[in-house]
Amino acid sequence: MAYSEKVIDHYNNPRNVGSFQKDADDVGTGIVGAPECGDVMKLQIKVENDTIVDAKFKTFGCGSAIASSSLATEWLKGKSLEQAQKIKNTDIVQELNLPPVKIHCSVLAEDAIKAALGDYQKKAIEKKPNPAEAVASS
Amino acid sequence: MKLPIYLDNHSTTPCDPRVLEMMLPYFTEKFGNAASRNHSFGWEAEEGVEVARKQIAHLIHADAKEIIFTSGATESDNLALQGVVEMYREKGDHIITSSTEHRAVIDTAKYLEKKGIKVTFLPVDKAGMVSPDDVRNAITDKTILISIMMANNEIGTINPVAAIGKVAKEKGILFHCDATQGVGKIPVNVQEMGIDLMSFTAHKIYGPKGVGALYVRRKAPRVRLEAMMYGGGHERGMRSGTLAVPLIVGFGKACELCEQEMAAESVRMMKMRDRLQEGIMGKMDEVYLNGHPTERLPNNLNISFAYVEGEALLMGVKEIALSSGSACTSATLEPSYVLRALGVGSDLAHSSIRFGLGRFNTDEEVEYTIDRMIKAVTHLREMSPLYEMAKEGVDLKSVQWAAH
Repeated sequence: MAYSEKVIDHYNNPRNVGSFQKDADDVGTGIVGAPECGDVMKLQIKVENDTIVDAKFKTFGCGSAIASSSLATEWLKGKSLEQAQKIKNTDIVQELNLPPVKIHCSVLAEDAIKAALGDYQKKAIEKKPNPAEAVASS
Repeated sequence: MKLPIYLDNHSTTPCDPRVLEMMLPYFTEKFGNAASRNHSFGWEAEEGVEVARKQIAHLIHADAKEIIFTSGATESDNLALQGVVEMYREKGDHIITSSTEHRAVIDTAKYLEKKGIKVTFLPVDKAGMVSPDDVRNAITDKTILISIMMANNEIGTINPVAAIGKVAKEKGILFHCDATQGVGKIPVNVQEMGIDLMSFTAHKIYGPKGVGALYVRRKAPRVRLEAMMYGGGHERGMRSGTLAVPLIVGFGKACELCEQEMAAESVRMMKMRDRLQEGIMGKMDEVYLNGHPTERLPNNLNISFAYVEGEALLMGVKEIALSSGSACTSATLEPSYVLRALGVGSDLAHSSIRFGLGRFNTDEEVEYTIDRMIKAVTHLREMSPLYEMAKEGVDLKSVQWAAH
């Protein structure tokens, strides 16, 4: 199977490979997939004032999975949390010209984005004082 | 050294120039139909076929009359299984095969299952070997055929064929052997191995694609087959159809060359293979050999590179033609059934690469491949979350993965 030039470019020059401190308050981490299925993506975002200022990934998977997650980190940088929620797997398919058998790679990337956002939001809620308690004490 | 490098010789091999040279006249001036009995064109073609039949039979210690030409090993496997089952159906309805056979055997057996035949798929040990005792224990009074491959196409493991043949003889059951990967690479003797039917093909041994053979024993016992292809009654009525004379002539020459050169060639293959194995496995952590450490084809090496996905690895060494047990492109996402049958975990099956050396590979290509594999694996491990987790001491087996 021939890969698109964009997939090959992301594979050869993956953007934003690496990791942030998982337990930092400003970091959201999403790990999706399973080794048995041949795909595991770890996607992390660093957030300041509801804006994603940096993103990193590590992926175990085929070239299309690597390219999908690499592209995702590029797109996430500079986006607000709300904008990031709107990234769809079909956008990734289109940008990378993924063939039908590789669509699951883009789905996984979307899942990873959602998981990272969810992780960050969960941390943010836990960190803030409970609004109900705040009202009660005032 | 020329790029790309071809290291996928279990898949197919290039035609040896000496083989091609023998074939060429049979496309043009010697174009006759080998079945034309009334003119010199036919006689010439027939002579070419009969010389080839002898060359092929000689390589496997058979009689020329026992060679039935087909379109390839897939057809030979189909003819052996379906032909025997149809012919001997009244004697019984049970066949025995193994779980690591080529799809041409497994899928034919599954087709026969749908037709009411009972099929035993024997397991293999962790090196991929079928146990002759398991074969013996699976035999019932309804068993009419045992079909076990000589050497596996993915992991190169060589089965104890002679021991299985002995069991079959003792019980008076026909023994078919898919020897597609074995013939021409290791010594094959249908007498000593107790083989009654044997499939093999030209294009795995530097001959042309599109021609194969089924060895069908004529004496002790005389094996009979129901044909799958009806027509002119060629090939003792077992396989009708005009013979592909140029391909058959090439097949014969390919077998002759194997017979002459196998001893030296297998030593050279083994040297290159061992160097490849040591060069890769000696320099990297968490790489695992799949298959048998010693009982394997001289030209085969199958390795799993943990934490790296096979298809991604192939992409990183795209100037080297290799094959992977990963199934990232398949709809089911199921990796190699052969590796799974050995008990290799799905994760390591996804990480497996098959190296298949051949007659035209060089030491220089082997060195280049070692270097490139190490670089590509290192590159991919740097971006592998699994490698990172493993290095942090996380037991990957304990992680609750969300299978997708």
